[in-house]
Amino acid sequence: MRIECPLCGSRDRREFYYQGHATALDRPKPEATPEIWDNYLHNRENLPGITEDLWHHEHGCGAWLVVKRNTISHEILSVWLAKENGL
Amino acid sequence: MRLPDKGLVDRDHVLNFQFNDRPFKGFSGDTLASALLANDEILVGRSFKYHRPRGIMTAGSEEPNALVTVSRGQSNEPNTRATVQPLYEGLVAQPQNAWPSLKFDALGINDYLSNFLAAGFYYKTFMWPQPFWEWLYEPLIRRAAGLGTLDMAYDHDLYEKAYAHCDVLIIGAGPSGLMAALTVARAGVDVILVDENNRLGGRLLSEVEEIDNVPGHTWAADVTAELEGLSNVTIMTNTAVTGAYDQGTYGALERVGHHLSVLPVGLPLETFWRISARRTILCAGALERQIAFPNNDRPGIMTASGMRSYLNQYGVSAGKKVAIFGNNSDAHRTARDFANSGVEVVAMIDSRPGVSKTANYPIYSGAQVVGTSGRLGLRKIIIEHDGKTEALECDALGVSGGWNPTVHLTCHMNGRPVWDPKLASFLPKGGAIPGMMVAGSAAGTMDTAGVLAEGYNVAGIIVKDLGKRTPKINLPKSENGPYEITPFWDVGGAGRAWLDFQNDVTTKDIKQAAQENFRSVEHMKRYTTQGMATDQGKNSNVAALAVLADATGRGIPETGTTTFRPPYVPVAMAALGAGGNGKGFAPERFLSSHVATQELGAPMIEAGLWYRPSYFPQTGETHWRQSCDREVEMVRSKVGVCDVSTLGKIDVQGKDAAEFLDLLYINAFATLKVGRVRYGLMLREDGHVMDDGTCARLGDNHYLMTTTTAAAGQVMRHMDFVHQVLRPDLDLTFVSVTEQWAQFAVAGPNSREALNSILINNINDETLPYMGCSEVQIGDVSGRLFRISFSGEHAYELAVPSRFGDSLFRLLLEKTKELGGGPYGMEALNTLRIEKGFITHAEIHGRTTAFDIGMMHMISEKKDCIGKVMAARPGMVGEHREQLVGLRPVDPVKEIISGAHLFEIDDISERKNDQGYVTSMCYSPSTKSVIAQAFLRNGRARIGSKVKMVDHLNGVETICEVCNLVFFDPDGGRLRG
Repeated sequence: MRIECPLCGSRDRREFYYQGHATALDRPKPEATPEIWDNYLHNRENLPGITEDLWHHEHGCGAWLVVKRNTISHEILSVWLAKENGL
Repeated sequence: MRLPDKGLVDRDHVLNFQFNDRPFKGFSGDTLASALLANDEILVGRSFKYHRPRGIMTAGSEEPNALVTVSRGQSNEPNTRATVQPLYEGLVAQPQNAWPSLKFDALGINDYLSNFLAAGFYYKTFMWPQPFWEWLYEPLIRRAAGLGTLDMAYDHDLYEKAYAHCDVLIIGAGPSGLMAALTVARAGVDVILVDENNRLGGRLLSEVEEIDNVPGHTWAADVTAELEGLSNVTIMTNTAVTGAYDQGTYGALERVGHHLSVLPVGLPLETFWRISARRTILCAGALERQIAFPNNDRPGIMTASGMRSYLNQYGVSAGKKVAIFGNNSDAHRTARDFANSGVEVVAMIDSRPGVSKTANYPIYSGAQVVGTSGRLGLRKIIIEHDGKTEALECDALGVSGGWNPTVHLTCHMNGRPVWDPKLASFLPKGGAIPGMMVAGSAAGTMDTAGVLAEGYNVAGIIVKDLGKRTPKINLPKSENGPYEITPFWDVGGAGRAWLDFQNDVTTKDIKQAAQENFRSVEHMKRYTTQGMATDQGKNSNVAALAVLADATGRGIPETGTTTFRPPYVPVAMAALGAGGNGKGFAPERFLSSHVATQELGAPMIEAGLWYRPSYFPQTGETHWRQSCDREVEMVRSKVGVCDVSTLGKIDVQGKDAAEFLDLLYINAFATLKVGRVRYGLMLREDGHVMDDGTCARLGDNHYLMTTTTAAAGQVMRHMDFVHQVLRPDLDLTFVSVTEQWAQFAVAGPNSREALNSILINNINDETLPYMGCSEVQIGDVSGRLFRISFSGEHAYELAVPSRFGDSLFRLLLEKTKELGGGPYGMEALNTLRIEKGFITHAEIHGRTTAFDIGMMHMISEKKDCIGKVMAARPGMVGEHREQLVGLRPVDPVKEIISGAHLFEIDDISERKNDQGYVTSMCYSPSTKSVIAQAFLRNGRARIGSKVKMVDHLNGVETICEVCNLVFFDPDGGRLRG
């Protein structure tokens, strides 16, 4: 598997650390309900198909990336910097 | 036998080798298999289950039978396929799975017991009594069955892993691969051409048909020469692509040194490659399959194409009188080539009716081989034709059940091949591997002209796809004889007919599987072990599922194939794990004081990858506890030095650094004054403790934080996450400086005196109070001094750039010695911190909360921080939580053991009564008692009460008093000095 790091180019997946779903991007406000926090931290749909996960280019530039990929075909559809998410 | 003037071997270059303890001669260019056949060594091994005599069956990597053990220097390589082992001077090989000898194998008795050993035999017979399986049945079966034996000695050979990148990867250098390579190479893209043999050409090396009026191998050599001259082409021979993976990644095994008598120092035996390619052309060709007929496994019975390879490429005839049995037009080429070489062709037996009989040897049309004889080597075949049965004498039989395109790699990402009735074979499904196209026989094109054209055309599509122009190449002139086949799988009749030669699976086993309702092809495979040996059924799987289809009354497409999985050829674990043994598995990290520490004779302990001194033994000390106790007392009474450079150090700078650290830590850092240090605790977002450490403010926008040794990497990743993912708006940057600074703890009542003896500007309580930090000068070297303590003593940590670490350590040893002190190791460091109730990752092990360790009050109410919300949720605080407390045995000679569990004194010591567990313990010289840290349910409220510690593993029970976590100097007076 290879991931196209926006800063470094195409790199072997061994350079990356996998974190989990990109839900983690949207940290709730401290006053949010327990249910919202619970969903943020623990509950994932985990459906087959297109997903967005967070990967850390740990053995590279150190950038956190959002990787949009298809878990059925393993196709990687796009990759962007987590810090530019929503921009 | 070797024929004069045939083949591509170098007859001027004779090579000596040994097989089965006897000497032989072969030529350069031979494989072990061709050299054995040239010496009329027909019997090369015994089969897996029935110990049947077996001979060489193919001329390629798909070989099921000819597995030998090659001895090389200190190591033995079992299950080496003789068909891909190049011959070299002095090669020594032994047959396998035969005892006492190849010609007389005692376990040949299994063959006579075959009625009892059919599919499912083990499952049915060895079920009961169940305990017998482990000590009786399994060892017995393992001894009887099997192939080569693994050499248990250390493998001294070098293996490597490597990476390669290209625009186009071409797998296979037969006619289509060479044509494709020529096309993409001339278009100017980077190409890697891989072939599993040591010479390019594929089937062209085994055939007599000409290309452009020269022999096929000459054309291949000319193309090879041109490719070798191009800088954008990399040719990898002896390299088999083993798997296709995501995003154009391929695994490949290069057999680097298997053809050499002696491996030069530094040259690996094998290299496992990971090749990343933008596009791939699979030109893997096709593999010939067998036909099942009674006793079709005798030595001397081969694939027709393998026989032809030995004849044309190596100048070796598999026998003196040969016969061919086939169901297709290609089989006739073998008969023709043998006849033209002057070898007697006894019969060309074609199962198809109406085949032309014009040849100078007998052709039997609509005929079958129905039996054979000759236990250690073929002597006779029985054929049936025109309603008659006839015995023919021959010592070699070539069989062709047709060709299977080598679709394996196209199926590695879940693609299923598609049945083609005309070809009676499975074809690759288009687009099954993104970026890959298939050309040549692998795509089902069987004539040379068609294969060459396809190689060119497919390469053209890919070149265009990569934005280049396809060069105009005139296709070379070559044969285009049609490949005609009428499927024919199983002759039937009495007697066992083999499908999977390596696992000894017969048609009877497949039929029995179907009868016992293992009708799915995946079930049949597992029940019979069809295709589960090292050859993965390359020339038997399709025939086996044809037999299954017949037995279950389904067609072949409905029956389907089993799943093709990597690797395509066997790969040694040594190659896959190359670089991961010895120090490669766990690299060593040494402190700058390492050499000086070793000079002092300190035993080292591993802390992650770091090596740290355990203790510093002195003359007369015979037990580590003596050294440890002395070092503790030395720190408490004088002064000690300890290298603490393994702590993670992260330099944080920027105008929003303070705000960032406030989000990271539970306590406030924006309020920290410049020149001061504060202890900080950080949580994971789920509310559990992640790590602790100190953080110094070096300037308004400049902090230096430390992490524990164990969590340095995790904390760095977490900080990247918090900054980039959660708060990209914050203006700051940070970098790990762990390796850049050597840092030494100087601890004890005399610590300041020791430091003042080396600092240019002396320090005192005003210039450097407790929890202060400042820049200092030691000679010409600038350093940083922190007044912090992990021992509870008046203590400092002094940091200098790593390159000065060794000399500073030696200087500190000298100065502390003058004050009655010296170095201390991890044992003393641990004892000192337990006496003071300080924690390590033995306590903050990932399941503890700030509440549990008594630091809930540190969570600032004035700000948000990571984990704050979750740390307060129900369940994370309260009386039911196990809280960190101190423990001390009521009877001072009793033991406390880390990991032991705690119970109420009157409770039975079992899980449901569990009250907590011990995390750390030591003997405390300062309090003259064993002391410990433990998590105890509602522990803080139980201080003063007694609990029972039970170590079930060691059978130890100790009554302990629950006490305050801080055993020594509870008001901290010594810290402030």
